[in-house]
Amino acid sequence: MIYYVVVSTLMFFAGVYGFVTRHNLLAILISLELMLNAVDINFVVFNRYLFPGQLEGFFFTLFAVAIAAAETAIAIAIIINIYRNIRNINVDNVDKMKY
Amino acid sequence: MDFSNFLWMRDELSLLAVILVLFLYDTFATEKSRRAFSWVACLLLAVQTAFLFVNPATGEAFGGMYQTSPVINIVKIVLNIGTLLVLIQANVWAKSPDMQVRRGEFYVLTLMTLLGMYLMISSGNFLLFFIGLEMASLPLTALVAIEKYHQLSYEAAAKYVFVALFSSSLMLLGISFVYGAVGTLYFEDIAASLVGTPLLYVGLVLFLAGMGFKISIVPFHLWTADVYQGAPTSITAYLSVISKGAAAFALMVVLFKVFSSVAAVWQPVLWGLIVITITIGNLFAVRQKNLKRFMAFSSISQAGYILLGVIAGSAVGMTSLIYYVLVYVFSNLAVFGVISVIENATGKVDMDDYNGLYRTNPKLSVALMLALFSLAGIPPFAGFFSKFFIFYAAVEEGFYVLVFIALLNTIISLYYYLLVVKAMFIRQDDCVIPTIQSDGASKLSISLCVLGVLLVGLISGIYSSIVPLSFGM
Repeated sequence: MIYYVVVSTLMFFAGVYGFVTRHNLLAILISLELMLNAVDINFVVFNRYLFPGQLEGFFFTLFAVAIAAAETAIAIAIIINIYRNIRNINVDNVDKMKY
Repeated sequence: MDFSNFLWMRDELSLLAVILVLFLYDTFATEKSRRAFSWVACLLLAVQTAFLFVNPATGEAFGGMYQTSPVINIVKIVLNIGTLLVLIQANVWAKSPDMQVRRGEFYVLTLMTLLGMYLMISSGNFLLFFIGLEMASLPLTALVAIEKYHQLSYEAAAKYVFVALFSSSLMLLGISFVYGAVGTLYFEDIAASLVGTPLLYVGLVLFLAGMGFKISIVPFHLWTADVYQGAPTSITAYLSVISKGAAAFALMVVLFKVFSSVAAVWQPVLWGLIVITITIGNLFAVRQKNLKRFMAFSSISQAGYILLGVIAGSAVGMTSLIYYVLVYVFSNLAVFGVISVIENATGKVDMDDYNGLYRTNPKLSVALMLALFSLAGIPPFAGFFSKFFIFYAAVEEGFYVLVFIALLNTIISLYYYLLVVKAMFIRQDDCVIPTIQSDGASKLSISLCVLGVLLVGLISGIYSSIVPLSFGM
């Protein structure tokens, strides 16, 4: 079981790293997806190996996948709106408000 | 299948009915009959609030997945009152030519987030809690972006959506660790079999961090100022009051119900968070020139005060938290009401623009002054009583140093609230904002808020009617 958890942790922190370092809004969104899916792996692994008699973790994963899809849809809508307005999705161009 | 379970969810179902009616009305009404849309929305929400008031449900449904009790009902009523005030306030803005096409979406999405908050505060399971939280924050990102051709609006939306996603994935990781440590997601079952293992502590801390983003506690507050500045003023008002109050109450319910046996772990964490939240929020508010950014930092420090009720962990703490949120609804919405009236008429939101406002707009200035005094906690107004009760709750549990730091910070906050009052009443300027003829809806909402600021503190029945219903750890 430990190998699966190692994979999910690596995925999660790769997502955190990407979230912090990427300058393209879509790349940031992809990093966020990595984080969300790493958590789903966690739930499934805990359920399968620690509590095999029940299904709560699996159900949570199903709902989390659906919600993550909705989140992605909204984030992409906002990114498209930014692209229509400034023809660019680089975070360096979306910095009018500071401090 | 037994459908009688749904009867316990009548608060949510009635709100859902309101949302559906408004949605169909917006879709199928003719151009002419849609003119009354705003008022119909306010009326329906008022009727639904009255329904909550006369018909409180107590019990649990779906095997403990959904729970409701009189105190949760009161929180829902408080949230409803705040939303109603925001909707009345948004009337003018929603009728502006830019917003005309999207007016229906504004009302439906706002009520949808309210439904999410309902689910969040009356959930008995982390799954429903998470769904409610996302339902409360996803439509809000769309609302922040609703003025889609304004650069500030879509910039704020981009910042908000990414921070919301990041925080909810942190929280999900926390919940997954709690699940791994305990093996169930029901609040009562977790509380029954809670053992303080390292895995559980990591989960708890990640969960706190995720909620910290939603309530904008300090190390997680960086999105607040930008989003508040960029979002349309009515949405900012909604974000700063309703969504913050609901998240704070939900955090308290989870900490009390689920993590009460490891209180020795989260209380010191919360202690530190409260100290830096109040201090940094206040210090940064001093140097703000834009009033919406100013209110953002003021609301960060208010979040710190709200958390004083959580750390106390007693029934008194819960009562004073609900009371604080109620008073905060009235005071903050009065401030945002005045800001949005002036912004709609002139487009100005900087503090220097308010110089000499008393000369031209005496009523608006007095309303803003009363609301700021209430936020600062000056005696005859409601804000004093709410601060008093929340400090009392914390002192009763022995947090003397914490309350002392909070008291010192109240003085700093008085300084920067008075800066605005000084600009309005004392400083003079050549280009003063001209006299504004405000419309009926804004007048109604601002006077309701001022009435709340003046009366909620003096009518002691409000506080004492919440006391017997609340519960502690």
